[in-house]
Amino acid sequence: MSELWILIGASSAMARALARALAERGDGLILAGRDMDDMSATAADCLIRGAPSARAMLFDARQPETFQPILNALDDRIVNAAVFVGSMPAQDGIDAAPALINGVVIDSFTGPARFLHMLAPEIETRGSGVIVGVGSVAGDRGRLGNYVYGAAKAGFHTYLSGLRNRLTRAGGHVVTVKPGFVDTAMTWGIPDMFLVAQPEQVARDILSAVARRRDVIYTPFFWRYIMLIIRSIPERMFKKMSV
Amino acid sequence: MRWKIADYAGWGRALRATGDLARPERLSSLTALMAEEPAPAIGNCRSYGDACLNHGGRAVQMLRLDRITGFDASRGVATVEAGVPLGELARIFAPKGWLPAVMPGTGFATVGGAIAHDVHGKNHHIAGSFGQHVRAITLVGVDGQARRITPADPLFRATVGGLGQTGVIASAEVQMLKCKGDVIVVTERRITGWDEFLGYLDASDATYTVGWIDATATGATLGRGILEEAETGSGLVSQPGRAKSVPFDAPGFALSPNVVRLFNGAYYRRVPEKGRTVVKPIQEFFFPLDRIRNWNRLYGKEGFHQFQCVVPVAAAPALRAMLERIAKSGLASPLAVLKRMGPGHAGLMSFPMEGYTLAVDFPNSARATRLIGALETDTLSAGGRIYLAKDSLSKGNVVRAMYPNHAEWAEAVNAADPDGVLTTDLIRRLDLRNA
Repeated sequence: MSELWILIGASSAMARALARALAERGDGLILAGRDMDDMSATAADCLIRGAPSARAMLFDARQPETFQPILNALDDRIVNAAVFVGSMPAQDGIDAAPALINGVVIDSFTGPARFLHMLAPEIETRGSGVIVGVGSVAGDRGRLGNYVYGAAKAGFHTYLSGLRNRLTRAGGHVVTVKPGFVDTAMTWGIPDMFLVAQPEQVARDILSAVARRRDVIYTPFFWRYIMLIIRSIPERMFKKMSV
Repeated sequence: MRWKIADYAGWGRALRATGDLARPERLSSLTALMAEEPAPAIGNCRSYGDACLNHGGRAVQMLRLDRITGFDASRGVATVEAGVPLGELARIFAPKGWLPAVMPGTGFATVGGAIAHDVHGKNHHIAGSFGQHVRAITLVGVDGQARRITPADPLFRATVGGLGQTGVIASAEVQMLKCKGDVIVVTERRITGWDEFLGYLDASDATYTVGWIDATATGATLGRGILEEAETGSGLVSQPGRAKSVPFDAPGFALSPNVVRLFNGAYYRRVPEKGRTVVKPIQEFFFPLDRIRNWNRLYGKEGFHQFQCVVPVAAAPALRAMLERIAKSGLASPLAVLKRMGPGHAGLMSFPMEGYTLAVDFPNSARATRLIGALETDTLSAGGRIYLAKDSLSKGNVVRAMYPNHAEWAEAVNAADPDGVLTTDLIRRLDLRNA
């Protein structure tokens, strides 16, 4: 039966790939984010690809008043959500202007967490529904290059873990997704990228994790082992490394 | 970051470039980029030569602007972003009873590229060129402004077939054609020689007609090949198998003359003497080579050239002489196509004209380069022209003499892009901005 998916941060390449995959299997979509023109284009695309419904709605992690209208748009279909938002200003920019930290934390953690907290009762009421939270391998360890972003994502990971604990009791489920390098506008032109995955592959991995009710996945899968190694480096050594 | 340094190549891989590429994912990123640092657009780099290259400069890769943003089912008009591959458009719309009106030989070609080269397909004799089915284009100029232009605008004829020189095509409104479903009924028959081939091509009233020609056959068998005539149909056939890929560059002898001759003989006899009719998924008929990813690597690391010309009907004997020259050289690969073209075209620099078109691939070598040079001279004296989407070797004076509307086009593009920021390697090599 057709379900409804809310994609938060729907202008991202990964969200667009997931939206298309959901559309082609016949699920309805609410595309939420800030760029309404862009999301409207994706919504039209998804309708043509087979989505029974697809609409763009404003979501701004820094404007919580944009959250409730999205929940008001739900009908009695089973509702699922996938969160792709986050912001990663350059670490040296943050070093120069520490106030930027607040925005990173709101965009990558507290904004989406607050929205998911409002959504959770809807899943509990229906007794079904999946939340996909896209975190990052950057959240697995604080690294010189992006530790503020990593810290926000680590907070989000922990939040998702707790939310999973809560929703499991009510028949819901939470999948934590930790992508490695993905070929998106965020990584375009960054030197020394390796093992870069396509957004379509991430979308396939997400759908497979949802179907199999996995808890935490890395995508592509081998990042689990890369991060296992990185996490196992003793802090005494790690603090002198630039990885 | 906006720019990424990349090495890239035309499909023939004989010509390459190193330069900065941008890949906007939203229209707003594209317009901002064009306002600040305008650059020519590229798509899936399926043009063979250097039309899609800007060595040492910048280019905007359009592959992430790939959405179908509207479909008017009453008129059959789809609004599509420039980066949508035509094969994807066919995959999505065929089950709904619509196909792109014109499809070139690869489904990886994008809508933007199809417009910029005013491409043709196996139904050119009936449907005309791709540009004739474009109802409007959203063009982002070098000032960063997005404008909707229609066939009534003078800029339209300079943009269709215009090699990306008037701006970046962001999206287009494309008239689709009704089809019965996503299968195609193909009748294949052996053709024993040149005169018979032309006779069949002239007489064919099928919607889709194309000829494979054995460009290694000489003497009495010169011009032998297989004629394919097809109509879309409704029904079910098994889905094609998984795409295969050529994982590495083939060694040079893979396409040596003896191997090609053997292959062509077998390929010719694959169709029974009395012909046959088969049902295929549309992709297999329209995009036969797309199932082998990176088939261009079969030509090895030196790459290959495709020569494609069209000559007027009356110049058929000249085309026969060209085929003789090719067959005698022994340089051709198995990929050779002969087709009857109608007069349809939509741009000032469009390739199609009424006549016969011949396309032949050659592994890259000094001998092949000389042969292609001779074939170009033959084409010019036959009153024909070569296809710029395929060219990597020609000279500016030759091309300008083949395209009667070149001066008018050059004037229009120089007005649209006075500083020449949209020029590509092809434009510079052929000095096409010079009226």
